[in-house]
Amino acid sequence: MQDAETVDHRRELGMPVGRLAGLPIAVKDIICTRGQPTTCGSRMLEDFIPPYHATVIEKVHAADMVLLGKTNLDEFAMGSSTENSAFGSTRNPWDVDRVPGGSSGGSAAAVAARMVPWALGTDTGGSIRQPASFCGIAGLKPTYGRVSRYGLVAFASSLDQIGPLARTVDDLALLLEVIAGHDPKDSTSAPIDVPQYAAAVSRPLPSLRLGIAREHFGEGLHTEVSAAVRAAIDVYRDLGAEIVDVELPHSRFGIATYYIIAPCEASSNLARYDGVHYGYRSRRSSSAREVRQELLSAGDDPAAVDSALVRMYRHSRSEGFGPEVKRRIMLGTYALSAGYYDAYYAKALKVRRRIRDDFDSVFREVDFLLGPVTPTPAFRLGERIDDPLAMYLEDLYTVTANLAGIPAVSIPCGFSQDGLPIGLQLQARPFDEQRLLQAAAMYQRVTDWHLRKPAYASTGSGDSP
Amino acid sequence: MMNAPNGPASTTVIGLEVHVQLATQTKLFCRCSTQFGAPSNTQTCPVCLGLPGALPVMNRQAYLLALRTAVALNCHIPPLTKWDRKQYFYPDLPKGYQISQYDLPMSERGHLAIGDDEGPVAPKEIRIIRAHLEEDAGKSMHDEAAGRHDSRVDLNRAGTPLLEIVSAPDLRSPAEAKAFLNELKLLLQYLEVSDCNMQEGSLRVDANINLHLETSQGVVATPIVEVKNMNSFRAVERALAFEADRQFQAWQETGQQQGDVPKQTRSWDDQGSVTRAMRSKEESSDYRYFPDPDLVPVTHDPAVIEQVRREIGELPADLRRRICRDYDVSYNDADVLVSQGRGIAEYFLVVAEASGDARQASNWVQRDVLRTIKELKCPIDEFPITAKELAALLVNVKQGKLDRSRAPDVFAHLVQQGGTVADAMGALGIERIDDSLLDDLCRALLAANPKIIADVQAGNTKALGALIGQAKKLNPNVDPNRLRERCLALIAARTSSS
Repeated sequence: MQDAETVDHRRELGMPVGRLAGLPIAVKDIICTRGQPTTCGSRMLEDFIPPYHATVIEKVHAADMVLLGKTNLDEFAMGSSTENSAFGSTRNPWDVDRVPGGSSGGSAAAVAARMVPWALGTDTGGSIRQPASFCGIAGLKPTYGRVSRYGLVAFASSLDQIGPLARTVDDLALLLEVIAGHDPKDSTSAPIDVPQYAAAVSRPLPSLRLGIAREHFGEGLHTEVSAAVRAAIDVYRDLGAEIVDVELPHSRFGIATYYIIAPCEASSNLARYDGVHYGYRSRRSSSAREVRQELLSAGDDPAAVDSALVRMYRHSRSEGFGPEVKRRIMLGTYALSAGYYDAYYAKALKVRRRIRDDFDSVFREVDFLLGPVTPTPAFRLGERIDDPLAMYLEDLYTVTANLAGIPAVSIPCGFSQDGLPIGLQLQARPFDEQRLLQAAAMYQRVTDWHLRKPAYASTGSGDSP
Repeated sequence: MMNAPNGPASTTVIGLEVHVQLATQTKLFCRCSTQFGAPSNTQTCPVCLGLPGALPVMNRQAYLLALRTAVALNCHIPPLTKWDRKQYFYPDLPKGYQISQYDLPMSERGHLAIGDDEGPVAPKEIRIIRAHLEEDAGKSMHDEAAGRHDSRVDLNRAGTPLLEIVSAPDLRSPAEAKAFLNELKLLLQYLEVSDCNMQEGSLRVDANINLHLETSQGVVATPIVEVKNMNSFRAVERALAFEADRQFQAWQETGQQQGDVPKQTRSWDDQGSVTRAMRSKEESSDYRYFPDPDLVPVTHDPAVIEQVRREIGELPADLRRRICRDYDVSYNDADVLVSQGRGIAEYFLVVAEASGDARQASNWVQRDVLRTIKELKCPIDEFPITAKELAALLVNVKQGKLDRSRAPDVFAHLVQQGGTVADAMGALGIERIDDSLLDDLCRALLAANPKIIADVQAGNTKALGALIGQAKKLNPNVDPNRLRERCLALIAARTSSS
């Protein structure tokens, strides 16, 4: 609020203000905000207050936007329902018994409920696009390297990317222009100039070659989702697009590849949470004497087990992390261990290369790929929480964009009979966000799915700027 | 090969792992200072503290220093190198992993020549397996405050750039190991890539050692032991000598060979002069190396490598060889001069060139210059006597303008007052006595010492020595050689005329 007052004051004084001055934004609570808690949805970082802003926060501030709040997420962005948060689940504004998707579920729900016009999310395997789809809004995963990751608490560093969520593609373009660009603090951010997305987004593309991948319409795809996406293809055909059938032969290995690479990187990225320097530390006994006493009273041999230090690590990490995070740490640790590395991690890297090659060859033929975001509309709270594999299959159509590093956008393209939003995914060549957004905006000019409001939408405050 | 008093012939096999702290202003992946000795945890930032969301960015200066070293070690530099995470839990490792290089090190397959036919260690080429960059961990301090059982962590050192240089097991004695370390340290100092200060941890050495024994069943290898915690080159030499003996005895007692037991790590206890086994738990680690996704691979630019090669300058081995060859100085003298660092060696070269007398230049530099530098605690480039001026001093001696016995006085005067040799000689009243004055002095001395005349006439010319002291008292500028000459001439003249 203080930020908002500062902007008002400067405006009154006739001082220059930023491009999106005074406009509110919500930020996924895995992006560091100086002086404000950044919990990552984890008990481990419940009390963590970063002494620095993420680069995207610096940029949002430079545009004079007002940070309205931090949004809920699956712990460390690991999940597809926002149920894996240490601080409770977020609900879907279209149906409060349903999940908003995840892991950027809080950001998507806040935009869908008209609480804010914009939110920042992060997408490692679909975590912007899938909740955008479930909540009936627009979400963009930019090209890997388009937006600085500095200050984004890492889940899987080679896949993570920050992106905008908003109600319309035009609004995505405005925010992307603010947050994109090379950052000397992130070696993996690309030294490539940022186009004027906002100015370009409303210009229709003179020609459109759209690829439809057979693999995106296979087993497991809900009939209502399939019908909505096919209807969207027809809309594009009416807009003059040429529709081309293409193949992504290695996409069927996407989930398996992703669920090796992401946990491997996560197991390493999350090793730092040991309760020594910051973060959660178990209050259970951990002095050498106490450990000895504890072991003796339990009839164990004190000489045969852990040192007090290892026990402190074990207690802190056992109590600080939730089950999904632990599951991925164990998976990743296993896959990187001596004797397993070649069979899992090294092989996954090879498949990742093939997946990328698939996209390269498809994008020699077509400009964009069109398909579903998720196999089904939003599922019920609790429905999949005990079935991790079913939850992982949520990412079927989204993970390959992360593995290949390409940009992808999710926009609403219909509703199920239950009144739940259905999303359409467009994917493009690396760093081709401008044309990707142009193509998506063309769809929104001739459809009104994005204008529908959920019953739980707040009135007024979050409406279009 | 050495022969033990009782038992088979034995060859000691040693390989060294040297960690060198590179002389950068800032850390390897952030901009924190690398200055030694600051209060604990004051030289830290989100990156080297491993705070969530912070990302590393490579320090290009560290990379260039490593490249310079790799080129000087004759290493092969592959076109691409990358960063890997070496993962283990320890409180002084804030990220839970160390950024290092695993399967694509920045340089590999080099060599370093040690020894000389005229030196204590025979000439030999020691292969370098690899040299790679990595970040240092922090420092753990256990139970350092009296009466307190606690552990403290200082992260000032965390993220400091290290170059790890791994030699092949080509060293065959503790003396060779020491010679290798001396040569490597000298090279690093010439390259100005590290201050190599072992007390401050800028240079750390671990050694792998075992014995190859010639038994009736063929050559048998003892289990390889890694020796740590050696805080000086002398300690390395002593620890390895101890360890070779210990392994020989252990083999005689147990018969254990390589492969029978897991690799052991032992710590050198300098006061006790023994190595002690460390907990075996610390060795059996699986570091789960994998490429660091936060850093992009580095492509070696051949033009940059060429430039580094051009700018390296003359290395110690070449300089030593050149001094021996071009300046008529013995290997040992050349070694002393070169070992003092590039500054001293270059000072010597200027003195030798300008005076035309390399031997005297070598003597003066080794004796007077080095001693004075030590006393003044000043580096050679701040030494008060320039090389040209010292050369002038030597020329004056050679031309007889300055008596050899007065030269140290001139040297001392120049150290204290500066100025030219001529100024110093003037200030000290040093001038050549003309012949008639000298003859007068000789006559007076001889007249006062008839016994000496008699002794000389009897053939004992050494008796004149007693006159030198007296002459110096009368006139400090007396040149003893000329005095002796004139006295002999006067006595001879007197003898023939009488």
